[in-house]
Amino acid sequence: MPKISVAALPDIVFMLLFFFMVSTTMREVTTMVTQSLPEATEVARLEKRSLVSNIYIGTPLPAYQSLYGTSPRIQLDDSFADVEDIAQFIASEREARDESEIPHMTTSLRVDQYTRMGIVTDVKQALRRANALRINYSSRETETVMD
Amino acid sequence: MARETPEVPMASMADIAFMLLIFFLVATTMDMDAGLQRVLPPMPEDDQIDDDQQIRERNVFIVLVNARDQLMVEGENIPIELLRERAKEFIANPNDEPHLPEKEMREVQYFGEYPVSRQVISLQNDRGTSYGMYIRVQNELAAAYRELRDELAQDQFGRRFNALRDTEQEAVREIFPMRISEAEPREVGGS
Repeated sequence: MPKISVAALPDIVFMLLFFFMVSTTMREVTTMVTQSLPEATEVARLEKRSLVSNIYIGTPLPAYQSLYGTSPRIQLDDSFADVEDIAQFIASEREARDESEIPHMTTSLRVDQYTRMGIVTDVKQALRRANALRINYSSRETETVMD
Repeated sequence: MARETPEVPMASMADIAFMLLIFFLVATTMDMDAGLQRVLPPMPEDDQIDDDQQIRERNVFIVLVNARDQLMVEGENIPIELLRERAKEFIANPNDEPHLPEKEMREVQYFGEYPVSRQVISLQNDRGTSYGMYIRVQNELAAAYRELRDELAQDQFGRRFNALRDTEQEAVREIFPMRISEAEPREVGGS
């Protein structure tokens, strides 16, 4: 039986590798809450990733449920947080950036679609108090929204 | 005497490349962050007077969402599929109905004197409303504005809103400005 030549295999794999290197970005935080984002048709892309700070809200993943329970929680960077911590978080995000960029900073709310609005409203009020007014309701882009 | 150059084995190259590939697959994410972008109103100053009363009732389109994700629009229970049409009719007020928003003649670039409606959409939700429903409502309202802008842009310039030049977009936006006001949080009920 003739052998199949595997000489081209590295080339193929390298091609895949370059594709992934170019088309993806490094994951910054590991999410510890469920992230089933809602769907929307009218979405716009967030242009400058460096000016976006993320707030994750959702039910803690099963691995964290024994410690943090099953009701929706806020995650900032790599830890669970409360609404009171948001002012501090916004302040440190601002510190890390140039002063001229601060007005263009956006806070992206990455909220699980099964979360109730109560916690989201609290976060929005905290952002208003911190004067971080530009927000983004992170959603997946679709053609039509299904039930 | 010429020494024979030893051949480098190439067989393990694929393994190395696979390892790199798997590393990048795990460590990176594909999704670009996208979503509905909004600007929150600044916190009211303590000494500021509540100016809710200054907006006349006919200019406000009230959208309520309760804790059971039911929608009430202008005092009427409607399914979400009808929200976009209702919102469009309200914003544009094409037949100058007396119960829909008043219009004000404004000088707009490219359009000249144009009747601009004084519409405001007021969105209120309960703490128990699901976030998915809230985003659907926000999305339908955004779609209503986008469709009206597209229709106007098509009539005036023969192109869709997104294909217009910046100054033209500005003019269209002046006629249909997105005014979605979210009331200070309160309980709507229905849980």
